Amino acid sequence: MPKAESKAGPVVPVHLWERLRKTVLALVLPVTLVCLWQLAGNDGAIAGGALPTPDRVWAAWMKWAFGTSTFGLNPYIGTWTQSLWFSAGRVVYGFAIAIAVGVPIGMIIGWSKLASSMIDPTIQWLRPVPITAWLPISIAIFGIRDFGAVFLITIGAFYPIVINTTQGTRDVDKNWIRAALMMGAGQRDVLTRVVLPAALPSIFTGLRIGLGIAWTAVIVSEMVAVKSGLGYVLWDAYYVGRMDIVIADMVSIGLMGFMSDLLIVSIEIWALRWRRLQSFDA
Amino acid sequence: MISFSKVSKVYGGAQGVRALEQVDFTVAEGEFVALLGPSGCGKSTLLNLVAGFEKLTEGQMLFHGQAVSRPGPDRGVVFQEASLLPWLTVWDNVVFGPKVQGLMRNEYEPRAHDILKIVGLEAFHKALPVQLSGGMRQRVGIARALVMQPKALLMDEPFGALDAQTRLSMQQLLLEVWQRLKTTVLFVTHDIDEAILLADRVCVMTARPGRIIKEIPIDLRRPRSIDDLTNSEFTHFKAQIMAEMRGAHDLH
Ligand SMILES: Nc1ncnc2c1ncn2[C@@H]1O[C@H](COP(=O)(O)OP(=O)(O)OP(=O)(O)O)[C@@H](O)[C@H]1O
Ligand SMILES: [Mg+2]
Repeated sequence: MPKAESKAGPVVPVHLWERLRKTVLALVLPVTLVCLWQLAGNDGAIAGGALPTPDRVWAAWMKWAFGTSTFGLNPYIGTWTQSLWFSAGRVVYGFAIAIAVGVPIGMIIGWSKLASSMIDPTIQWLRPVPITAWLPISIAIFGIRDFGAVFLITIGAFYPIVINTTQGTRDVDKNWIRAALMMGAGQRDVLTRVVLPAALPSIFTGLRIGLGIAWTAVIVSEMVAVKSGLGYVLWDAYYVGRMDIVIADMVSIGLMGFMSDLLIVSIEIWALRWRRLQSFDA
Repeated sequence: MISFSKVSKVYGGAQGVRALEQVDFTVAEGEFVALLGPSGCGKSTLLNLVAGFEKLTEGQMLFHGQAVSRPGPDRGVVFQEASLLPWLTVWDNVVFGPKVQGLMRNEYEPRAHDILKIVGLEAFHKALPVQLSGGMRQRVGIARALVMQPKALLMDEPFGALDAQTRLSMQQLLLEVWQRLKTTVLFVTHDIDEAILLADRVCVMTARPGRIIKEIPIDLRRPRSIDDLTNSEFTHFKAQIMAEMRGAHDLH
């Protein structure tokens, strides 16, 4: 099949050194900032002792991650992984609920004018309420417990998912739907086999934004309403004056957010393979 | 087979566009009919009524003696831009219909293979639509309609977006396919040559109001081929149709 292959083109091989170059370029700025921060400090502290220097943070972090407590229970020795999993688990849980609820509702709103006029206004009224404003209600209902965090994450991630899914559903090429109907597809087949795949690019945009908000939500709720996880450690460490842990915690959150976005993007690239070929055409 | 009696179509309420006005029109079983007319005269509207994509405003339209209420696999539609599902391979696009209709694999797979062979795409099973040229995409569009063994094939300017050379080869292909299958075809075009070459009957339409002003039987012998485009009989029909269209234009 000469034609098919010539149009698709071979996948451009990413040379190893090309990748290396990118990584190095990406590291220039953060490394410089850390160096400046280190140099600004003296005696292991800057800003009159308010902030520790990077080497102190690093040492505290390593202890927090890999240390073993010799006597008694120290919350900042060897508990990093545990806190990480608490937060990550809540994010996965809440985000999964947000997808399970947001995608179908978004599709219904985008598909049916009736559903749109009945559901969409309510969503638009509730949306400006920031997740932090939901905290009292969350605590009132769920108490200082796990599900309070999951609840906030779900609410936070729900809006971008639902809005982008709605948009994606509305933008589906009318002739694709007509073609499917012409071929004998029922409403359910049209929704699952045509509208869903066609809206997927939009849906993924919503997922990426939603996941970012999910991390914000988990940290906020752990700071206030749950007694475990990275957010709880962050606030707790601040109270006991462990700024080294606070900073290590912040870096950990950033890392987790970054990694989970990377994960979503890889799934997106895989699920939308057909679209990548399309851009060769353009 | 297909019959319109006093059919009108108005888009968008009482003050809307009168796309079709009191159209009477029939297509017989196994007949190849071309709808010819300028842009905006209601050709697509007429075809979309048969397809079940639009609802008529007044009058009656029957397909096989029944009023049409929705699209269905007994009326295979070929769209101008093919409108294949871009995330499905050629094969999956072609078997989409049989699959959603819940047919058995061993029933439709041999047929799908045959049809892909007829349209000359058996080597492209696994290709995605974007990897194909416009003409090849349109062949897939024809294949996915034919695989359902429709009672009628509705084609809305299927070759309108192709270059002249590809269009010729697609016309040749359609002539050969039709010669074999003898399906009823309703074919929309604004290309006079194409209408005469393919059809048993050419229906000339005018705009504002959209209606059929003249039906011209084309009794060129079958089987036809694109070589017929240059013979004298052909030119005679062409002159006749051009006169009709010019006359219609002068009325405005
Ligand atoms: N969905 C719609 N809503 C409102 N008006 C429409 C709609 N579809 C078509 N029309 C109008 O109806 C008239 C006939 O349109 P139609 O698409 O049937 O013409 P056509 O003969 O197929 O033209 P073309 O050759 O450009 O495809 C035009 O005036 C058009 O603007
Ligand atoms: Mg048209």
